[in-house]
Amino acid sequence: MVSPTKVLRPLPLLTAGVLAGPVLLGLFGTLLPAFGLGPLGPGLRLSAFAAVRDWPGLVDAMAVSVTSGVLSTIGALAIASLILAGWHGTAAFRWLERLLSPLLAVPHAAAALGLAFLVAPSGWLMRLPALALGWDVPPDLLIVQDRHGLTLTAGLIAKELPFLLLMMLAALGQVDQARRMAVARSLGAGRVAAWFKAVFPGVYAQVRLPVLVVLVYGMTNVDVATILGPNTPPSLSVQVTRWMLDPDLGQRSVAAAAAMVQGGLVLMVLAGWVGGERVTACLGRRWIWSGLSLPEGPARGLGLILATVSAIAVLAGIAALALWSVAAGWRFPDLAPDALTLRSWSRFGPEMTMVAACTMEIAALSTLIAVLLAIGCLEAEHRFGLSVGQRALWLLYLPLLIPQVAFLPGLLLIPATIGNGYEMPMVIFGHVIFVLPYVFLSLSGPFRAWDGRFARVGAGLGASPDRVLWSLRMPMLLAPVLTAAAVGMAVSVGQYLPTLLLGGGRVSTLATEAVALAAGGDRRAIGVWGLGQTAAAFGPFVLALAIPALVFRNRRGLRHG
Amino acid sequence: MRLPLLATLALTTLPAFAQPDPADWPAVLAEADGQTVYWHAWGGSTTTNDFIAWIGEQAAEKGVTLEHVKLADTADAVGLVLSEKAAGKDTGGAVDLIWINGANFASMKEQDLLFGPFAEDLPNWQFVDVEGKTVTTDFTVPTEGYESPWAMAQVVFIHDGERLPNPPPSALELLEWATAHPGRFTFPQPPDFLGTTFLKQMLIDLVADPAVLQDPVGDDYDEVTATLWAFMDALTPVLWRQGRAYPQTGPRQLQLMNDGEVDIAISFSPGEATAAIANFELPDTARTYVFDKGTLGNASFVAIPFNANAAAGAMVVADIILSPEAQLRAQTPDILGYGTVLAMDKLSAEDRAAFDALDLGVATLSPAELGQALPEPHPSWAERLSADWVARYGVAD
Repeated sequence: MVSPTKVLRPLPLLTAGVLAGPVLLGLFGTLLPAFGLGPLGPGLRLSAFAAVRDWPGLVDAMAVSVTSGVLSTIGALAIASLILAGWHGTAAFRWLERLLSPLLAVPHAAAALGLAFLVAPSGWLMRLPALALGWDVPPDLLIVQDRHGLTLTAGLIAKELPFLLLMMLAALGQVDQARRMAVARSLGAGRVAAWFKAVFPGVYAQVRLPVLVVLVYGMTNVDVATILGPNTPPSLSVQVTRWMLDPDLGQRSVAAAAAMVQGGLVLMVLAGWVGGERVTACLGRRWIWSGLSLPEGPARGLGLILATVSAIAVLAGIAALALWSVAAGWRFPDLAPDALTLRSWSRFGPEMTMVAACTMEIAALSTLIAVLLAIGCLEAEHRFGLSVGQRALWLLYLPLLIPQVAFLPGLLLIPATIGNGYEMPMVIFGHVIFVLPYVFLSLSGPFRAWDGRFARVGAGLGASPDRVLWSLRMPMLLAPVLTAAAVGMAVSVGQYLPTLLLGGGRVSTLATEAVALAAGGDRRAIGVWGLGQTAAAFGPFVLALAIPALVFRNRRGLRHG
Repeated sequence: MRLPLLATLALTTLPAFAQPDPADWPAVLAEADGQTVYWHAWGGSTTTNDFIAWIGEQAAEKGVTLEHVKLADTADAVGLVLSEKAAGKDTGGAVDLIWINGANFASMKEQDLLFGPFAEDLPNWQFVDVEGKTVTTDFTVPTEGYESPWAMAQVVFIHDGERLPNPPPSALELLEWATAHPGRFTFPQPPDFLGTTFLKQMLIDLVADPAVLQDPVGDDYDEVTATLWAFMDALTPVLWRQGRAYPQTGPRQLQLMNDGEVDIAISFSPGEATAAIANFELPDTARTYVFDKGTLGNASFVAIPFNANAAAGAMVVADIILSPEAQLRAQTPDILGYGTVLAMDKLSAEDRAAFDALDLGVATLSPAELGQALPEPHPSWAERLSADWVARYGVAD
């Protein structure tokens, strides 16, 4: 048998390869056609870039990408901060946390579809005045898909808020919030001002990379932007996808070139964001020393209202999808369907269940691999002092920071080269790339925070490092390991582009089916599939909470993290 | 021992690499038994998905496993075949069968990405209405047996029989009505095929001599389309949302109708409205009509890529689709409501009686009311019109 130590030592390097390899290879595979090279290319030329430059919608498309990405990130960050500043530790906060946490598991496409039905002029909200005032047709207002991407921005804020809030909550533990607050409050600052002055800088430093992930996702997502974003012209990533799917095959190099432009745009905005951080830090420092206060009451009220509205909007959207899935006829301006029927469930339910099983298989396997790699890396760090520095952290985030549309098309050549029959391994491997960062981030905090004295006592009693890992550390970290696995599975369940492209279209998951149906617009089918996807992402979280509670019911002292 | 074993394996697997001969049907059937066919077809319509699942049950009886790969866009499958060709993968491809027509077919045929000819060797080809229906040309491009028809489609307009009892029967009257009722009409956004179809339908209604559309786009493009763009310039500001947003697909447009946002919707399937009523997707007062000068019609086809892994199985599926039983099911209004590609006088008396007995449904026009379909323009028109529309209305204010 190979000694575990020998396996462990190269593991961090392997993990780095798993994360960076496909991204770099994919980028390369996308670069080639953009410059007219590769198997189908006519030879080095820049005509594809010229075609992108001459596309009349370029400026608007770039503008929507930038504004929706930047504004949604600032919005979600601001609301999450206001909530933490104004309400952390209160009953209202616990209530809001309970409302927001499940939303993390709601897939982006399902949330967007629900929101679209909620806010459209013929949607649920507008039906209230319509019924009261007796309108028989809805007003002709451009709300969903507005030119400036405001509905898209709002939808992204609602969806990213739970993510940032939970990331910031996790970071609070590491910045010693209580003492910082105590010092700031004792200097006379109000609750919100004290939090922003003393705690926010520390928290932000911890969640900086997740914030950048939100920024990149906001700028480059395809699923939400197709549903809520403008279409005349669409955001740049949607247009890249359209070019990629154009029947005129010559457009594929244009798509590759536009993907490069998109990548460049993201880099520029990231640079701008980092610049903005500096300016904010500079201004913030002056403000901290100025002793100026904040309008405490309004700030607390605003935070609570915005967070509640955004949580309720997503939940109401999901409720609308649920209602559509059992609706018979349902016309404007009725608030509820004429009758309820299980027809949609009997039509789509059986197939959905089968696809759900395949989705869970992919999620479970990719998460298992990711969890093993993450534990291996963390254990290697612990045993050999192979520390994961700030630079390695960037590597971890690489697959999340490089727009998917920029490197996935390049990876498409792999399944085409190695042949059929490998679709499932390819998809699982593809999911690992995106699952691993989340699993690692979720697990690393509790893993490192584990009290090393247990290990020393164990070693003193003659246990090998392996035995310490499996008999002490893992059981004590059961809850965080399961939570990390649940996060990983939710991420896997939500993956659309990687599944579609790496599976060569042969691997159906709830995500691919839901987005294909979203193109069709049958709300009943979308309801059934969207609920299925939500349940698939949500189920593992329930297990992650239930299992430790069960296992540790007589061993409270073992619960850690 | 290892080497001989490998050699035996190589020998036994070799014959599978040679593509089957469509003319030798018993051999095709034998080879198809046990194969899995991946049919790449647009997955946005739940009624079509159900029908494809039913075809799968029939295929299973012949030992063929049918997997429906649901596409958001047919071009996905074309792109997959193309990237396989780029990677030098000439056998064992991922796509076995594609639901295709128009520009996608023209593009694949031109680049030699198709297997065949096979269509005219299918046993059920004997029933196909070769004389009366446009089943051997696809948007004026000769099919030459490289694709097999599966349904006839014709443009109809859906309206609410109660809200709008007398819908406008020509392009100009549509404009007149839309101007009087701003915000009550829209069409799927080109380059969506249905949106592009709307442009072609308006062009064919407005142009002085529709015959020019049968030839590829020539130097007189600006001249021919001048009336269309004048029409669109007048129509766009009175569209739903003042033409600043559009539904992305046909089914989304139906949803808008059900939500009461628009009063008229274009459809490429005469039976779609009836099927939609049965599925609660449209109010039961929905009806269909055609323009006085007629509407565009074409056929949907299935084609097999040159590197299909299961070409034999794919041919068996194509043949099942042409069977009177499957065609009857496709034409049944609350199942699919697609027009059959078969000729009634070639069928057995029993099959013919079954077609005659079909109640087409409240919202479906009879063949006489539909009238003779107008031929599709050459694919170059669709490409040019949709690109032009995108440049004029799709990207700027």
